[in-house]
Amino acid sequence: MKTATTAIALLCLALVPLARAETPADMLARYSAEAARMTPGFSPSAERGRAFFNRDWGVSQKMPACESCHGKNLRAEGKHIITGKRIAPFSPQANPERFTSVTKVEKWFRRNCTEVVGRECSAAEKADFIQFVMQ
Amino acid sequence: MRPSIALFLFLFCSAAWGDRLTVPAHPKWQEECGSCHVAYPPQLLTADNWQRLMQKLDKHFGANAGLEPQEVQDISAFLQRHAGRGSRYSADSLRITDTAWFRHEHDEVSSKTWSDPAVKSRANCTACHVKAEQGDWSERSIRVPGGRGGEDGDDDDDEGDDDYEDD
Repeated sequence: MKTATTAIALLCLALVPLARAETPADMLARYSAEAARMTPGFSPSAERGRAFFNRDWGVSQKMPACESCHGKNLRAEGKHIITGKRIAPFSPQANPERFTSVTKVEKWFRRNCTEVVGRECSAAEKADFIQFVMQ
Repeated sequence: MRPSIALFLFLFCSAAWGDRLTVPAHPKWQEECGSCHVAYPPQLLTADNWQRLMQKLDKHFGANAGLEPQEVQDISAFLQRHAGRGSRYSADSLRITDTAWFRHEHDEVSSKTWSDPAVKSRANCTACHVKAEQGDWSERSIRVPGGRGGEDGDDDDDEGDDDYEDD
Protein backbone atom coordinates (compact mmCIF):
# COMPACT_ATOMS: atom_id res chain seq x y z
CA MET A 1 0.00 0.00 0.00
CA LYS A 2 2.76 2.32 1.03
CA THR A 3 4.68 1.44 -2.12
CA ALA A 4 1.64 2.25 -4.24
CA THR A 5 1.24 5.65 -2.56
CA THR A 6 4.90 6.42 -3.08
CA ALA A 7 4.64 5.38 -6.72
CA ILE A 8 1.64 7.67 -7.28
CA ALA A 9 3.40 10.53 -5.53
CA LEU A 10 6.49 10.05 -7.71
CA LEU A 11 4.33 9.90 -10.83
CA CYS A 12 2.67 13.18 -9.85
CA LEU A 13 6.05 14.79 -9.25
CA ALA A 14 7.22 13.60 -12.65
CA LEU A 15 4.23 15.29 -14.29
CA VAL A 16 4.81 18.64 -12.59
CA PRO A 17 7.19 20.02 -15.23
CA LEU A 18 4.60 19.31 -17.95
CA ALA A 19 1.96 21.34 -16.13
CA ARG A 20 4.33 24.17 -15.25
CA ALA A 21 2.84 27.53 -16.12
CA GLU A 22 4.79 30.32 -17.79
CA THR A 23 6.40 32.80 -15.42
CA PRO A 24 6.79 36.59 -15.45
CA ALA A 25 10.51 36.00 -16.15
CA ASP A 26 9.58 33.95 -19.24
CA MET A 27 7.47 36.83 -20.57
CA LEU A 28 10.15 39.37 -19.80
CA ALA A 29 12.68 37.28 -21.73
CA ARG A 30 10.29 36.79 -24.64
CA TYR A 31 9.44 40.50 -25.05
CA SER A 32 13.06 41.56 -24.46
CA ALA A 33 14.25 39.23 -27.22
CA GLU A 34 11.58 40.58 -29.57
CA ALA A 35 12.52 44.18 -28.73
CA ALA A 36 16.21 43.41 -29.24
CA ARG A 37 15.47 42.25 -32.78
CA MET A 38 14.11 45.74 -33.54
CA THR A 39 16.60 47.64 -31.39
CA PRO A 40 19.90 45.77 -31.02
CA GLY A 41 21.25 46.00 -27.49
CA PHE A 42 17.81 46.55 -25.96
CA SER A 43 17.68 45.99 -22.23
CA PRO A 44 14.43 46.29 -20.25
CA SER A 45 14.18 49.23 -17.86
CA ALA A 46 11.92 49.36 -14.79
CA GLU A 47 12.27 53.14 -14.84
CA ARG A 48 10.83 53.39 -18.35
CA GLY A 49 8.17 50.90 -17.29
CA ARG A 50 7.20 53.11 -14.37
CA ALA A 51 6.94 56.18 -16.61
CA PHE A 52 4.78 54.18 -19.03
CA PHE A 53 2.47 53.04 -16.22
CA ASN A 54 2.13 56.50 -14.68
CA ARG A 55 1.69 58.41 -17.92
CA ASP A 56 -1.55 60.18 -18.64
CA TRP A 57 -2.02 59.33 -22.29
CA GLY A 58 -4.98 61.61 -22.83
CA VAL A 59 -6.55 59.23 -25.34
CA SER A 60 -9.49 57.92 -23.36
CA GLN A 61 -11.43 60.40 -21.25
CA LYS A 62 -12.61 57.82 -18.77
CA MET A 63 -9.40 55.79 -18.64
CA PRO A 64 -6.53 58.18 -19.27
CA ALA A 65 -3.85 56.05 -17.55
CA CYS A 66 -3.15 52.49 -16.40
CA GLU A 67 -3.69 53.61 -12.83
CA SER A 68 -7.27 54.69 -13.64
CA CYS A 69 -8.27 51.08 -13.01
CA HIS A 70 -5.16 49.42 -11.56
CA GLY A 71 -4.45 52.05 -8.89
CA LYS A 72 -1.06 53.43 -7.97
CA ASN A 73 -0.09 50.67 -5.58
CA LEU A 74 0.73 47.61 -7.67
CA ARG A 75 0.47 45.31 -4.66
CA ALA A 76 -3.05 46.45 -3.79
CA GLU A 77 -6.32 45.70 -5.56
CA GLY A 78 -7.43 48.09 -8.25
CA LYS A 79 -10.96 49.15 -9.03
CA HIS A 80 -12.46 49.44 -12.51
CA ILE A 81 -13.09 53.14 -13.03
CA ILE A 82 -16.43 52.59 -14.79
CA THR A 83 -17.97 49.48 -13.26
CA GLY A 84 -16.33 49.57 -9.82
CA LYS A 85 -15.28 45.92 -10.15
CA ARG A 86 -12.32 44.91 -8.00
CA ILE A 87 -9.21 44.11 -10.02
CA ALA A 88 -6.67 41.72 -8.53
CA PRO A 89 -3.24 43.26 -7.77
CA PHE A 90 -0.80 43.76 -10.64
CA SER A 91 2.30 42.65 -8.81
CA PRO A 92 3.16 38.94 -9.22
CA GLN A 93 4.34 39.05 -5.60
CA ALA A 94 0.86 39.99 -4.43
CA ASN A 95 -0.95 37.97 -7.08
CA PRO A 96 0.85 34.81 -8.26
CA GLU A 97 -1.54 34.42 -11.20
CA ARG A 98 -0.18 37.51 -12.94
CA PHE A 99 1.92 36.95 -16.05
CA THR A 100 1.53 33.18 -16.10
CA SER A 101 -0.20 32.85 -19.48
CA VAL A 102 1.16 34.53 -22.56
CA THR A 103 -2.22 34.28 -24.29
CA LYS A 104 -3.87 36.17 -21.46
CA VAL A 105 -1.07 38.72 -21.23
CA GLU A 106 -1.25 39.39 -24.98
CA LYS A 107 -5.03 39.73 -24.86
CA TRP A 108 -4.91 42.35 -22.13
CA PHE A 109 -2.02 44.29 -23.66
CA ARG A 110 -3.96 44.38 -26.93
CA ARG A 111 -7.18 45.58 -25.32
CA ASN A 112 -5.78 48.00 -22.79
CA CYS A 113 -3.09 49.51 -25.00
CA THR A 114 -5.64 50.20 -27.73
CA GLU A 115 -7.92 51.71 -25.12
CA VAL A 116 -5.52 53.76 -23.02
CA VAL A 117 -2.48 54.34 -25.23
CA GLY A 118 -4.48 54.58 -28.44
CA ARG A 119 -2.44 51.94 -30.29
CA GLU A 120 -0.88 48.52 -29.74
CA CYS A 121 2.13 48.54 -27.41
CA SER A 122 5.59 47.64 -28.65
CA ALA A 123 7.59 44.66 -27.39
CA ALA A 124 9.99 47.14 -25.75
CA GLU A 125 7.15 48.81 -23.85
CA LYS A 126 5.84 45.44 -22.71
CA ALA A 127 9.28 44.32 -21.53
CA ASP A 128 9.89 47.58 -19.65
CA PHE A 129 6.49 47.32 -18.03
CA ILE A 130 6.95 43.73 -16.86
CA GLN A 131 10.38 44.61 -15.51
CA PHE A 132 8.76 47.41 -13.52
CA VAL A 133 5.90 45.24 -12.25
CA MET A 134 8.27 42.45 -11.16
CA GLN A 135 10.10 44.76 -8.75
CA MET B 1 -57.30 24.21 -0.75
CA ARG B 2 -56.35 24.92 -4.32
CA PRO B 3 -55.98 28.69 -3.95
CA SER B 4 -53.63 28.13 -1.03
CA ILE B 5 -51.50 25.78 -3.11
CA ALA B 6 -51.43 28.37 -5.88
CA LEU B 7 -50.46 31.05 -3.36
CA PHE B 8 -47.73 28.82 -1.97
CA LEU B 9 -46.37 28.15 -5.44
CA PHE B 10 -46.47 31.84 -6.29
CA LEU B 11 -44.56 32.81 -3.14
CA PHE B 12 -42.14 29.94 -3.56
CA CYS B 13 -41.39 30.87 -7.15
CA SER B 14 -40.97 34.55 -6.27
CA ALA B 15 -38.54 33.67 -3.51
CA ALA B 16 -36.66 31.40 -5.88
CA TRP B 17 -36.19 34.15 -8.48
CA GLY B 18 -32.66 34.84 -7.31
CA ASP B 19 -31.79 31.22 -7.92
CA ARG B 20 -33.19 31.35 -11.44
CA LEU B 21 -30.29 33.54 -12.47
CA THR B 22 -27.95 30.62 -12.05
CA VAL B 23 -26.56 28.92 -15.14
CA PRO B 24 -24.41 25.85 -15.75
CA ALA B 25 -20.73 26.52 -15.18
CA HIS B 26 -19.05 28.03 -18.23
CA PRO B 27 -15.48 29.02 -17.27
CA LYS B 28 -14.85 30.91 -20.51
CA TRP B 29 -17.91 33.10 -20.03
CA GLN B 30 -17.06 33.59 -16.38
CA GLU B 31 -13.52 34.66 -17.18
CA GLU B 32 -14.08 36.75 -20.27
CA CYS B 33 -17.30 38.46 -19.22
CA GLY B 34 -16.35 38.71 -15.56
CA SER B 35 -13.07 40.65 -15.71
CA CYS B 36 -14.27 44.25 -15.95
CA HIS B 37 -17.72 43.65 -14.50
CA VAL B 38 -19.59 40.77 -12.92
CA ALA B 39 -20.44 38.16 -15.54
CA TYR B 40 -24.02 39.31 -16.09
CA PRO B 41 -26.50 36.41 -16.15
CA PRO B 42 -27.54 35.41 -19.70
CA GLN B 43 -31.20 35.53 -18.65
CA LEU B 44 -31.08 39.32 -18.45
CA LEU B 45 -31.03 39.98 -22.20
CA THR B 46 -32.77 38.29 -25.11
CA ALA B 47 -30.92 36.03 -27.52
CA ASP B 48 -31.22 38.72 -30.19
CA ASN B 49 -29.68 41.33 -27.87
CA TRP B 50 -26.79 39.05 -26.91
CA GLN B 51 -26.09 38.27 -30.53
CA ARG B 52 -25.93 41.95 -31.44
CA LEU B 53 -23.77 42.73 -28.40
CA MET B 54 -21.29 39.94 -29.10
CA GLN B 55 -20.86 41.12 -32.69
CA LYS B 56 -19.16 44.36 -31.69
CA LEU B 57 -17.00 43.55 -28.68
CA ASP B 58 -14.21 45.80 -29.90
CA LYS B 59 -16.58 48.68 -29.19
CA HIS B 60 -18.22 47.43 -26.01
CA PHE B 61 -19.92 50.43 -24.38
CA GLY B 62 -16.84 52.52 -24.99
CA ALA B 63 -14.30 49.82 -24.12
CA ASN B 64 -12.35 47.35 -26.20
CA ALA B 65 -13.42 43.87 -25.11
CA GLY B 66 -12.28 42.08 -28.26
CA LEU B 67 -11.99 38.28 -28.25
CA GLU B 68 -10.81 35.63 -30.67
CA PRO B 69 -13.58 34.64 -33.16
CA GLN B 70 -13.77 31.13 -31.69
CA GLU B 71 -14.30 32.54 -28.19
CA VAL B 72 -16.95 34.95 -29.43
CA GLN B 73 -18.83 32.07 -31.04
CA ASP B 74 -18.56 29.86 -27.97
CA ILE B 75 -19.66 32.51 -25.45
CA SER B 76 -22.35 33.92 -27.74
CA ALA B 77 -23.91 30.47 -28.15
CA PHE B 78 -23.90 30.00 -24.38
CA LEU B 79 -25.52 33.40 -23.76
CA GLN B 80 -28.19 32.80 -26.39
CA ARG B 81 -28.93 29.31 -25.09
CA HIS B 82 -29.76 30.68 -21.64
CA ALA B 83 -31.11 34.06 -22.76
CA GLY B 84 -34.23 35.72 -21.39
CA ARG B 85 -37.47 35.57 -23.37
CA GLY B 86 -39.80 38.48 -23.92
CA SER B 87 -39.54 42.19 -24.51
CA ARG B 88 -38.92 42.98 -20.86
CA TYR B 89 -35.43 41.55 -21.28
CA SER B 90 -34.73 43.56 -24.38
CA ALA B 91 -33.27 47.06 -24.82
CA ASP B 92 -32.25 48.88 -28.01
CA SER B 93 -29.17 50.15 -26.19
CA LEU B 94 -28.25 46.53 -25.35
CA ARG B 95 -27.79 47.66 -21.76
CA ILE B 96 -29.33 45.36 -19.17
CA THR B 97 -29.97 48.44 -17.04
CA ASP B 98 -32.27 49.82 -19.76
CA THR B 99 -34.53 46.77 -19.87
CA ALA B 100 -38.05 46.97 -18.46
CA TRP B 101 -37.17 44.06 -16.18
CA PHE B 102 -34.19 45.88 -14.62
CA ARG B 103 -36.10 49.11 -14.16
CA HIS B 104 -38.98 47.31 -12.49
CA GLU B 105 -36.74 45.26 -10.21
CA HIS B 106 -34.82 48.34 -9.11
CA ASP B 107 -37.65 50.87 -8.93
CA GLU B 108 -37.33 51.12 -5.15
CA VAL B 109 -33.65 52.08 -5.31
CA SER B 110 -33.30 55.79 -4.54
CA SER B 111 -31.28 58.20 -6.66
CA LYS B 112 -29.20 58.81 -3.53
CA THR B 113 -28.18 55.14 -3.52
CA TRP B 114 -27.38 55.14 -7.25
CA SER B 115 -25.05 58.12 -6.80
CA ASP B 116 -23.42 56.74 -3.64
CA PRO B 117 -19.62 56.60 -4.20
CA ALA B 118 -19.69 52.90 -3.31
CA VAL B 119 -22.21 52.28 -6.13
CA LYS B 120 -21.40 54.93 -8.73
CA SER B 121 -22.60 52.88 -11.69
CA ARG B 122 -25.62 50.73 -12.42
CA ALA B 123 -23.11 48.26 -13.86
CA ASN B 124 -21.65 47.81 -10.37
CA CYS B 125 -23.97 44.98 -9.29
CA THR B 126 -21.72 43.81 -6.45
CA ALA B 127 -22.09 47.14 -4.64
CA CYS B 128 -25.41 45.77 -3.35
CA HIS B 129 -25.56 42.16 -4.57
CA VAL B 130 -22.55 41.29 -2.46
CA LYS B 131 -22.43 37.62 -3.46
CA ALA B 132 -23.15 38.12 -7.17
CA GLU B 133 -19.67 36.98 -8.13
CA GLN B 134 -20.54 33.63 -6.57
CA GLY B 135 -23.78 33.57 -8.57
CA ASP B 136 -25.98 34.49 -5.59
CA TRP B 137 -28.42 37.24 -6.64
CA SER B 138 -31.02 36.46 -3.97
CA GLU B 139 -32.80 39.14 -1.94
CA ARG B 140 -31.20 37.88 1.25
CA SER B 141 -27.75 38.69 -0.11
CA ILE B 142 -28.47 42.34 -0.84
CA ARG B 143 -26.63 44.94 1.25
CA VAL B 144 -27.33 48.49 0.13
CA PRO B 145 -24.47 50.91 0.91
CA GLY B 146 -25.80 53.48 3.34
CA GLY B 147 -28.54 51.02 4.24
CA ARG B 148 -32.16 50.69 3.21
CA GLY B 149 -34.95 50.95 5.71
CA GLY B 150 -32.50 51.30 8.58
CA GLU B 151 -30.39 48.40 7.43
CA ASP B 152 -26.68 48.98 7.81
CA GLY B 153 -24.68 48.98 4.61
CA ASP B 154 -21.93 46.54 3.99
CA ASP B 155 -18.51 48.15 4.00
CA ASP B 156 -16.73 45.46 2.02
CA ASP B 157 -16.91 47.37 -1.23
CA ASP B 158 -15.15 50.37 0.22
CA GLU B 159 -11.86 48.57 0.62
CA GLY B 160 -10.51 49.52 -2.79
CA ASP B 161 -11.44 53.19 -2.43
CA ASP B 162 -8.80 53.86 0.19
CA ASP B 163 -6.02 53.13 -2.26
CA TYR B 164 -7.19 55.93 -4.50
CA GLU B 165 -7.83 58.44 -1.75
CA ASP B 166 -4.47 57.85 -0.09
CA ASP B 167 -2.51 58.44 -3.27
